[in-house]
Amino acid sequence: MVLSPADKTNIKAAWAKVGNHAADFGAEALERMFMSFPSTKTYFSHFDLGHNSTQVKGHGKKVADALTKAVGHLDTLPDALSDLSDLHAHKLRVDPVNFKLLSHCLLVTLAAHLPGDFTPPVHASLDKFLASVSTVLTSKYR
Amino acid sequence: VHLTGEEKSGLTALWAKVNVEEIGGEALGRLLVVYPWTQRFFEHFGDLSTADAVMKNPKVKKHGQKVLASFGEGLKHLDNLKGTFATLSELHCDKLHVDPENFRLLGNVLVVVLARHFGKEFTPELQTAYQKVVAGVANALAHKYH
Repeated sequence: MVLSPADKTNIKAAWAKVGNHAADFGAEALERMFMSFPSTKTYFSHFDLGHNSTQVKGHGKKVADALTKAVGHLDTLPDALSDLSDLHAHKLRVDPVNFKLLSHCLLVTLAAHLPGDFTPPVHASLDKFLASVSTVLTSKYR
Repeated sequence: VHLTGEEKSGLTALWAKVNVEEIGGEALGRLLVVYPWTQRFFEHFGDLSTADAVMKNPKVKKHGQKVLASFGEGLKHLDNLKGTFATLSELHCDKLHVDPENFRLLGNVLVVVLARHFGKEFTPELQTAYQKVVAGVANALAHKYH
């Protein structure tokens, strides 16, 4: 799957709208994921996953910052995310199915907060973007 | 599906506000735009060449409404989704030849559309309830496949 020029424009525009809510959106997406897909909590047995958890907020920011970096390097994703890719492959070893779950919850969060901007073409581009990031993060698994 | 009393009432309260025609059309339209391979079932629908064409296509809107009305019926029978969707399951297998993966895709698109329409009101708790239902409906529609 390839990000077209139109996709890249959509992704950058959408992420600009996210602005400094990125960390909040990241945390909300995680909260939604943990609640809707309880199996995802198995990777966070060391976290307090209660509502408004500081740890979840911190982790939401981490996820958001990584996505912000990705948005800035859409032409060189494997390179930009190389360290994160190593981390997920060798240390975290999150089963690939979970990337789809978090991606879905990120889309739900964006749709809820940016209804007017979340047009069908933007929805499509963001879905492709998150799928591309997920592919890079699982690319060194085996 | 196993829903708590709170989940059931939250779910029903939200559904009462859903414009089935509007949301159904948008959900099906977005499925066809975001996952273009799903258009394989709708070659007879006319112009699906651009996102705009898809979203404005009257056949897409009409069919989206039909699908969502059926989903809405399912919400009245959450204790027996398999029974409720048995005939539709056979139809989707024997006549329509639809891969059940498509039910999961549409279910998730529906959740995104509900989030877009209801914003903050579509809380993580409500999403959780709806995720259980869309998964249940997808499984029910796949149940009679052979």
